[in-house]
Amino acid sequence: MPPRVGVVTVPGSLDDVDALRGARLAGAVAVSLWHADPSLHGVDAVVLPGGFSYGDHLRCGAIARFSPVMESVIGFARDGGPVLGICNGFQILCESHLLPGALLRNGRRRFTCHEQRLRIETAKTAWTSGFDEGEEITVVLKNGEGRYYADDRTLDMLEAEGRVVARYLGGNPNGSLRDIAGVTNAEGNVVGMMPHPEHAIEALTGPGTDGLRVFTGLVEGVASVAG
Amino acid sequence: MTAEAADQPYAELGLKDDEYARIVDTLGRRPSDEELAMYSIMWSEHCSYKSSKVHLRRFAGSQESPRILAGIGENAGVVDVGNGLAVTFKVESHNHPSFVEPYQGAATGVGGIVRDILAMGARPVAVMDALRFGDADAPDTRRLVDGVVAGVGGYGNCLGLPNVGGEVTFDPTYAGNPLVNALCLGVLPVERLHLAAAKGVGNVVVLIGAKTGRDGIGGVSVLASATFDDASTTKRPAVQVGDPFTEKVLIECCLELFDRGLVVGIQDLGGAGLTCALSETAAKAGLGMAARLDAVPLREPSMTAAEVLASESQERMLAIVEPAHLDDVLGTCRRWGALATPIAEVTDTGRLVVTWHGDVVVDVPPSTLADDGPVYDRPMVRPADLDSLQADAPTAERLVRPSSPSELRETLLLLAASPNLCSRRWVTDQYDRYVRGNTVLSAPEDAGVLRLDDGLPAGVALALDGNGRFTRLDPFAGAQLALAEACRNVAAVGARPIAATDCLNFGSPENPEVMWQFAEAVRGLAEGCAAMGTPITGGNVSFYNQTGDDPINPTPVVGVLGLIDDVSCRTPLAFSTPGDTIVLLGETRDELGGSEWAWVAHRHLGGLPPRVDFAAERALGEVLIAAAGSGAVSAAHDLSEGGLAQALVESCLRGGHGAVLDVPDGVDLFVTLFSESAARAVVATPDPAEVLRLADELGVPATVVGVVGGDALVLRGAFDVTLDDLRDAWESTLPRLFG
Repeated sequence: MPPRVGVVTVPGSLDDVDALRGARLAGAVAVSLWHADPSLHGVDAVVLPGGFSYGDHLRCGAIARFSPVMESVIGFARDGGPVLGICNGFQILCESHLLPGALLRNGRRRFTCHEQRLRIETAKTAWTSGFDEGEEITVVLKNGEGRYYADDRTLDMLEAEGRVVARYLGGNPNGSLRDIAGVTNAEGNVVGMMPHPEHAIEALTGPGTDGLRVFTGLVEGVASVAG
Repeated sequence: MTAEAADQPYAELGLKDDEYARIVDTLGRRPSDEELAMYSIMWSEHCSYKSSKVHLRRFAGSQESPRILAGIGENAGVVDVGNGLAVTFKVESHNHPSFVEPYQGAATGVGGIVRDILAMGARPVAVMDALRFGDADAPDTRRLVDGVVAGVGGYGNCLGLPNVGGEVTFDPTYAGNPLVNALCLGVLPVERLHLAAAKGVGNVVVLIGAKTGRDGIGGVSVLASATFDDASTTKRPAVQVGDPFTEKVLIECCLELFDRGLVVGIQDLGGAGLTCALSETAAKAGLGMAARLDAVPLREPSMTAAEVLASESQERMLAIVEPAHLDDVLGTCRRWGALATPIAEVTDTGRLVVTWHGDVVVDVPPSTLADDGPVYDRPMVRPADLDSLQADAPTAERLVRPSSPSELRETLLLLAASPNLCSRRWVTDQYDRYVRGNTVLSAPEDAGVLRLDDGLPAGVALALDGNGRFTRLDPFAGAQLALAEACRNVAAVGARPIAATDCLNFGSPENPEVMWQFAEAVRGLAEGCAAMGTPITGGNVSFYNQTGDDPINPTPVVGVLGLIDDVSCRTPLAFSTPGDTIVLLGETRDELGGSEWAWVAHRHLGGLPPRVDFAAERALGEVLIAAAGSGAVSAAHDLSEGGLAQALVESCLRGGHGAVLDVPDGVDLFVTLFSESAARAVVATPDPAEVLRLADELGVPATVVGVVGGDALVLRGAFDVTLDDLRDAWESTLPRLFG
């Protein structure tokens, strides 16, 4: 049985269709999860997609964090379930304290959307096991509030523990500290990243297919645990 | 004027004496304040098309195509694209609001056109924008560019709609009146087509979405239907304020209502708010309606009935629901967090009756509001300066032309760096082009290309083009050139043009010279659409684009929709394969009237625009479509502003490969590089014999001009420019101007 990957839709989710497609193309059963429904419907992994959840009112991700489905996602993550937050999903994970740090307004104070090169810094997470450590990939970056921020002590800890998942290459697009594009928790099951792997899953519609390997890596990882 | 008329503020509401008299005559009595407000809105230029109607009838004849499921008069045109799917698309202006309040004006321009598309029963899937500002280095331009681009991006990005292309143009004619034209494209199953009629006596009219506030009152009558003056900044309260999050929820909620067959009719609330939505839906069904206006949820409880009727608060839709489905509709809206309130009932009285806390404040036949507005055949006169303008052609005697290799090289770099030809990345990087995962091509490609569904090979292409300078020199030809360029752009990516939408931006219709320009442009466009087989399915007229007495250059902007059987066969513009042969298709003449060269090198506008030849355009299109389908070309790029030189610059930089071109003896290299003759394209091909054969078969002149490769654009025997120098010139202008 292929793994089931759930994608959460909250009012204001935008990239949920893309994340569902990514899961499907990777061979998973893609499952839509609704913000007001606390059930995770037996999924093996959860993606919090990009968008402007609840209109980004108050603070990006601040309201979504309290939705009924997030209570379940937080429990699922604490039990070791694989959770990926992309862009607004990353912001929700930070607001939920599943990941350290915060995302601030871009340094240039404008929304920016472009192809972005990244270096994968660790393959030891549920979502980057399909890559080699140090591998350079190209996906899409699009955000207005994507500047990763944490205090020096936290940043030093993340680096020391190998918890920086990816860094920006070819220029820092949003002023993120230490060029950080994504981080993981101590266990490696929860990953947040600002760039969008789900927009680089088909050569026809994106800058190549590097992003698909986030999903195929997850699917293979879940299958091997189950097997 | 009668004594009782004197105490009604109809003139302040934008109504003329005779229009007021007609209202009194229609009702057989003095109108109530609320009725007067409604007539002033519905009979405004913006809503009634009173100055343009007699001319727009020319488009009707071009609509006879079995593909057209809905045309002019509906919220947007709908075209059958096969596979059980239809596409709906329309372009609309939001010019005056964007000048007064750039961010909100542009944002709500996107929001408004998206709701038009939603009202046809379609899921909005992409947007485009055509923006025009004053000189790029003029003092106020940066404020407007910053705000408008952020507004277009802010709203479209938050809706999750990819922006797949458009235009950004700078010209002093737009300094006091920028143009913000937004296009939206939607997809729907053919059987789900919704038309905005309040059918079925006893059905309930439900207002869905945002609460109603005081924003946007007088937007269409005061702001959009009058000339700007120094006092225009005091019109800021007439600009609406947008909330894309509410609109995103509204979209998903309405789509669920459509999917489950819970509504019999749907209408968006845009310009003219409830006044327009209530009267148009009632008029279209030929029935009546009884509305309880006090049921409308208000942001400000102190609003008067007239204000509620006139409010242009955004993010609202009106649904017509059978009573049996009402609970289900309200429950669905609740689930999405969208406010939904029954406010009216469909009746058989033939009258629109509005009550406010028990009092009847409006009691009128709805068709007198929606359909029976005044129609003017306004006086027209050919502009007095047109003969001298056309006589002032940019000949070699009139304007100094570059001739030495170094002068030609400098000219090529000067044009590549000019504000109208340089890279648009500063703008387009603020727009999401990836979301939903169906964008196959987007800016800076010649046309946006979208897959209809990720399980289908078929797709659509869209291009949006206009040229105010050409239209100033010859409105008939200028409008046709806009259409021709948009069709050419669609064909360049390998798609077949099938339908068009237009946004007609002009000065005051009360100026006979403007009215003449308008009539000529419409006549040219209607004839062009018939010749190209691309009927106008809908669009928008924007008059009064002027500050003071000086109208803008007449600027018809034309959007063309194309079909492509297999999106994987689309042709990009990048030179991607060294060794490919470069072929120039079409005939180049000494045509520089209204060209970018004349403007950039000499600030000159005069002469005649390039000749229009629709037979040549169609033949060129057939070559490009056939070559894309058979894989005979690896790149194609339409030739327009900046001519062959600019097309080569863009194709080289996009692909990261240079090109080596031969310059045959006796050729005027200046004309070859910078002429803007229409019906031309440049292609790169691994199989030049096949391209030449296709061109010959279809009667299109074709010339092998060079080969792709190297790290420079080389004109053998004349000059060369490295890609690095080209890139510096092409990419640095907008970041330098706008930060």
